[in-house]
Order: sequence, then C-alpha cells, then structure tokens
Amino acid sequence: MVKIEFLGPIEQESLEIEANSLKDVANFLQNIESINSWLDRCAVAVNSQMCNDLSKKLNSGDVVSILPPVCGG
Amino acid sequence: MELYQGSLDIKSIFSRWLDEERESNYGAFIPFIGTIRAENNIEALSFDIYEPILESWFNGWVERAKKRGAKVKMAHSIGDVPVHTSSYISAVFSPKRRVALELIDEFVEDFKANAPIWKYDILDGRRIYAEDRSTPMSGSGILASKEDN
Repeated sequence: MVKIEFLGPIEQESLEIEANSLKDVANFLQNIESINSWLDRCAVAVNSQMCNDLSKKLNSGDVVSILPPVCGG
Repeated sequence: MELYQGSLDIKSIFSRWLDEERESNYGAFIPFIGTIRAENNIEALSFDIYEPILESWFNGWVERAKKRGAKVKMAHSIGDVPVHTSSYISAVFSPKRRVALELIDEFVEDFKANAPIWKYDILDGRRIYAEDRSTPMSGSGILASKEDN
C-alpha cells in the first residue's frame, strides 16, 4: 500500500491505495472530484523528495505528498 | 533553519546570527525581514509548513551558497502571526557584497516560489487560504496528466 497525504489547504484525509507508479496515483486521484480540481496546480513529493516524473515507481510503504500552491514569508 | 510558533522575535534572532558569524570574516551581511501588513481587514496571517521538504529545500540553498563562499540562514513562523509582527527572516553572509546582493534576491524569490509553506488570512476569526497570492511549485500539474503510458 502507498500512502497519499494532502498538504496545506486541501481538506482531505490521507488515503492508502495500491499503486505501482505515480501514474496509478494520478489515475486514482483524477476520479475524486474534490481532489481532481486541485491537481493541475499541485506538485508531488515521494518520501519527502520532490518528484516530476509520472513514471516514478512506487513501493509499498512509500508516502506520496500532494503540495498545493505555496506562499511563504 | 529555525521554525517558531507565532510571531518571530526578529531582534533576538538577528542579534544571535550576528554573534554566530562575528568571527567568520564575512564582509557583507544582508537580512530580509517579512512583516505582516494591515490590509483587507485581516487580523493576522497564519502558516502551515511541511517541514521535511522545507528542510531539504533549505539544505539545497546552504550548498549553493557554500559554493559561492557564502552562508544563508532563515527562520519562519508556524500558525498565527498578527499584523505588524514578523513571520520571516532570512540572511545572507558573504565575503563581498556582490554575491550577498545576488544571493538574497535569488534565495528570497525561490523561497516564495518553492518553499512548502501555505498562507491563510485570519479574517473575523476564520482561516482563509490565500490562494490568489500563492504560486504553484516547480513541476506542478503532473498528476493532472491524462496521457496513457
């Protein structure tokens, strides 16, 4: 199982799903209406490392973080 | 990197950083302080931080600064920060001014664009995401891709 966590203002509890790659995570999240509307503006981290590669392989226990637009300072 | 609940005591942080680098032989020291302005009737701003990624983002800048003979430091608030108090301080120390001037600009701009921090307005006691002032991080949108592999 892969854990998906939603950071900042995205009001969604963490989810656990079966996924072999980030592509599987994308397909899963695109089918959740309240999450899908965020996806075009969100970045992704796998195990706290930023990741831009949709083909990134995932292993059981990996944590995928969804990061919406930021504004520090 | 330092994180604090609520407003920063910038005078004390600033003073301590000066003491820490007193004998490091840096010739230029440039601080940047972010203070909450009273606008749109807000009482405060509030911040969420994702610390693991902020830490790796900051460590990347420590390395970049080091290659140019410089050092970066920063502190940021978590939670509510009332107007007219400060939520952010960063500083660059370098042997000469040119590197310090360039680095503080690059560092603060990248901080705004890629540090995993989320800002909210506190208005009538409600916490409202500052979406219109927020920037998608580098690489945003990959999960919205519809293409098949």
